[in-house]
Amino acid sequence: MAGADGDDSLYPIAVLIDELRNEDVQLRLNSIKKLSTIALALGVERTRTELLPFLTDTIYDEDEVLLALAEQLGNFTMLVGGPEYVHCLLPPLESLATVEETVVRDKAVESLRKISQEHSPVDLEVHFEPLVKRLASGDWFTSRTSACGLFSVCYPRVSSTVKAEIRQHFRTLCADDTPMVRRAAASKLGEFSKVLELDYLKSDIISLFTALASDEQDSVRLLAVEACVSIATLLPQEDLETLVMPTLRQAAEDKSWRVRYMVADKFSELQKAVGPEITKNDLVPAFQNLLKDCEAEVRAAAANKVKEFCENLPEDSREQIIMTHILPCVKELVSDTNQHVKSALASVIMGLSTILGKDNTIEHLLPLFLAQLKDECPEVRLNIISNLDCVNEVIGIRQLSQSLLPAIVELAEDAKWRVRLAIIEYMPLLAGQLGVEFFDEKLNTLCMAWLIDHVYAIREAATCNLMKLVEKFGAEWAQNTIVPKVLGMANDPNYLHRMTTLFCINALSEACGQDITTKQMLPVVLKMSTDQVANVRFNVAKSLQKIGPVLDSNALQTEVKPVLEKLATDTDMDVKYFAQEAISVLALA
Amino acid sequence: MSAISASEKVDGFTRKSMRKAQKQRKSQGSSQYRTQSAPVELSPLPQLKDAPSTEQQELFTQKLQQCCMLFDFLDSVTDLKSKEIKRATLNELVDYVSTNRGVLVESTYPEITNMICTNIFRTLPPSDNPDFDPEEDEPTLEASWPHVQLVYEFLLRFLENPDFQPSIAKRHIDQKFVLQLLELFDSEDPRERDFLKTILHRIYGKFLGLRAFIRKQINNIFLRFIYETEHFNGVAELLEILGSIINGFALPLKAEHKQFLMKVLIPLHTAKALALFHAQAYCVVQFLEKDPTLTEPVIRGLLKFWPKTCSQKEVMFLGEIEEILDVIEPTQFKKIQEPLFKQISKCVANPHFQVAERALYFWNNEYILSLIEENIDKVLPIMFGSLYRISKEHWNPTIVALVYNVLKTLMEMNCTLFDELTSSYKADRQREKKKEQERDELWKKLDELRLSDSTLVQNNSHGLPGVQNNNNNNNNNNNNSNNNDNRDKSAEAAVTTENKDPDDSVAASESSPSAK
Repeated sequence: MAGADGDDSLYPIAVLIDELRNEDVQLRLNSIKKLSTIALALGVERTRTELLPFLTDTIYDEDEVLLALAEQLGNFTMLVGGPEYVHCLLPPLESLATVEETVVRDKAVESLRKISQEHSPVDLEVHFEPLVKRLASGDWFTSRTSACGLFSVCYPRVSSTVKAEIRQHFRTLCADDTPMVRRAAASKLGEFSKVLELDYLKSDIISLFTALASDEQDSVRLLAVEACVSIATLLPQEDLETLVMPTLRQAAEDKSWRVRYMVADKFSELQKAVGPEITKNDLVPAFQNLLKDCEAEVRAAAANKVKEFCENLPEDSREQIIMTHILPCVKELVSDTNQHVKSALASVIMGLSTILGKDNTIEHLLPLFLAQLKDECPEVRLNIISNLDCVNEVIGIRQLSQSLLPAIVELAEDAKWRVRLAIIEYMPLLAGQLGVEFFDEKLNTLCMAWLIDHVYAIREAATCNLMKLVEKFGAEWAQNTIVPKVLGMANDPNYLHRMTTLFCINALSEACGQDITTKQMLPVVLKMSTDQVANVRFNVAKSLQKIGPVLDSNALQTEVKPVLEKLATDTDMDVKYFAQEAISVLALA
Repeated sequence: MSAISASEKVDGFTRKSMRKAQKQRKSQGSSQYRTQSAPVELSPLPQLKDAPSTEQQELFTQKLQQCCMLFDFLDSVTDLKSKEIKRATLNELVDYVSTNRGVLVESTYPEITNMICTNIFRTLPPSDNPDFDPEEDEPTLEASWPHVQLVYEFLLRFLENPDFQPSIAKRHIDQKFVLQLLELFDSEDPRERDFLKTILHRIYGKFLGLRAFIRKQINNIFLRFIYETEHFNGVAELLEILGSIINGFALPLKAEHKQFLMKVLIPLHTAKALALFHAQAYCVVQFLEKDPTLTEPVIRGLLKFWPKTCSQKEVMFLGEIEEILDVIEPTQFKKIQEPLFKQISKCVANPHFQVAERALYFWNNEYILSLIEENIDKVLPIMFGSLYRISKEHWNPTIVALVYNVLKTLMEMNCTLFDELTSSYKADRQREKKKEQERDELWKKLDELRLSDSTLVQNNSHGLPGVQNNNNNNNNNNNNSNNNDNRDKSAEAAVTTENKDPDDSVAASESSPSAK
């Protein structure tokens, strides 16, 4: 084969372009995804003069192909000859930024943002900024939408006259005729604010913000809420009251639940942005209203923020605000009619105990925890259980264990396997907090029962759970409590249960150590090599491969090797295959 | 704890029917957010027909104001008396504007529109069921329908009243009104959407000044549906209105209308829920009947958005293509036949028999058949390969039978060409195979070049497929032998096996040392 240099003669552009034109979309897509390879074969010069013009001209293709192209071009700087030539990439990306399909357009904008950083300040003004202007004044809404995402990347690095033009374009797009463009502008308002000088922020952005926040479409208004966070962060404290708060108050009371939802969803960020004084005076009552909103979606979003909101309250009045204003609302949410609201609350409510301290927790929160532990919806109970660690730190888990046990048992036997799976995953955590005695007494049976569940995912999780428990409680505990039970299942009439024994051994051998593995587990595995079900036999081979490293070489040679050799001559293809694999991995050949 | 039967435990997913049975509550209140304080109890006013004619106007206004009171219908026990009074009053108002002449004096317009706006314009509540599937699930119905229906009825009678004067009403029924009306089309309640459809149609008919605005806003709704949310319940209704609007377009078509066809109607086909409004696809055909020169871009547009994986949608696309072919002009057909029949040839070879069957049914259409016959020298070479292969390979006997008939028809159209294609079939296939191999070679060389080039950041995409390939081999008995065969690891051997991707061949040769 000829050397790599001078290979461009070997690959005439026509052949490569043929690949990009292939009739089969899949092949075309494959070729585009390897566009960098093609560019490499052509060299920087021909990539600039031949490949890029071709790509710019033939931009009409399946969106799938265009997406791949838009992505590729973002990483093309080196392939066209470095930052000096990076502007060659602008024409194809400009066309891509005007196509209909949002995914393609967003990717093209992403790539444009990326390569904008590689432009020198001069190139940025000569090549990049004109492109942004063209897009911003495009006929069809798609190009204007794309332009919205490009202002903030070029603004900081251009001259003040160009800056003024950019601001003007942004203003125009914020008042665009089509809601799609206004949405795009509103979603970039925060980002654009960050690169603007403070004076212009006050003079330009605030009026745009106010206008977008009272747009006729709620889909625009709700995006202004997001921008509110950035704007409030950037403004000096003394201006917030006059410039931001009227709009924020209005958003929190918007007639559309989507806007109120957004306020609830961004509440912690808003709280940080406006500072403690405004929080005390304005946000506390607003938050109470959101917690009592008529739409469940809004209540759920607000409930999710309860802990964060309380945590970030100013320390001097935190406890008083929580006790008098927030807690009464929280109490109502515990018996909400909507399960999503309750479950959102359950996922954060335990966090309040650290904030309120032992006495308040016992007096006020504990009854709520207990009520939620008995909730009819399993997700609520699960969320409480999964956050037990917070309470454990403050009042100790014993306070709860009386109610905890029935809740755990009920979830462990829930009809939905996903619920069972979730509770299994918390077992190691619970075991750690409740201690080995409590565990042996109350929970061990549950853990064993999961090993013979009907659903494979549960059996698998149960196996993994045992491993984590052994890591926690140690090998000696394992030897006394679980190993005998696991090994007992090797004689079960159901082959699935026999296989579970093998899976458990795979998981436990390392944690249990050489002694237990060699003396107790290995004989059982070897005995199972004569099982009548092939699946069990090839899992024996797999298990031997897995536990091999834990065994000493004597056991390997005298006990494991003969069995694997026998399995390697099995009548079943799979058994043979896995036996051979084990032999080669364990180097027993 | 109650015991759970084994059958329930095995499958954690409750059946859809069971879930539905659990969910009794199907109606939903509108998202009225603190618009007013608690309702005041209504007291009945005297009947309009009993009032002396001098007082009728005044009473009419009072009744309209009374009907601005809103009630909570989710709570079915409160305000029963007032709800009943409002219902009766609304009924009376409907009756009053539909049977009487001369009741729509100018001063009543603000009161009328105010009553309508207060009652129907509201933020639609969040959907009860986020994965609402309009084909499968029961829609959530508007709880306050007993009142809202009558208000819609009233609005309709108001618009249809012979005394109705658009010149006065346009001060109230303005752009903002229309915008709010359009947003209500997202209602999950089909009864509401049906009313809205008729009402919007009337408004479009009576308010010339609003027409362009309405079209533009419908555009925006569709574009948001296509590219942003993929969710809007009223697409079918809006298309139905458009259907009649398009019918009235003057010729030649304005650029705005053509743009709507190409940039909105055609991309609408990409929607997942196409089945819900595909019946309204006659909009497209209507355009073509108006202006046949649009045929080529339309068909190219449909080909661009041709479904890749959804067979159900593919069948719908074929149906639409047939509708278009039914009205196509022979000159237009010539322009589009090549790309179109390439797609049809893929469809007849589709393993899903419904797709193949739908495509083969084209040959039952007399007009299409005549177009094919006219252009047999172009169509036959495109179709032949697929048909020939399918006649031997398709799993479904019905399809095979249909293909034989189609082949027979095509053969009768041009016997000599058919024979030529039959005899060159094998050679063609081999040429294609060879081309494929050449491509593999090319890409292999390009990849080598890439690997040897150190200036580029190492791309690890070569390693990953290799690992996956190994895993596949492990799980598959057939491949075990394959693995062993590779022992003499020659790269050429790997290439000659059916590897589509050059990456695979690299992986195969790399995998052999570990297998030894």
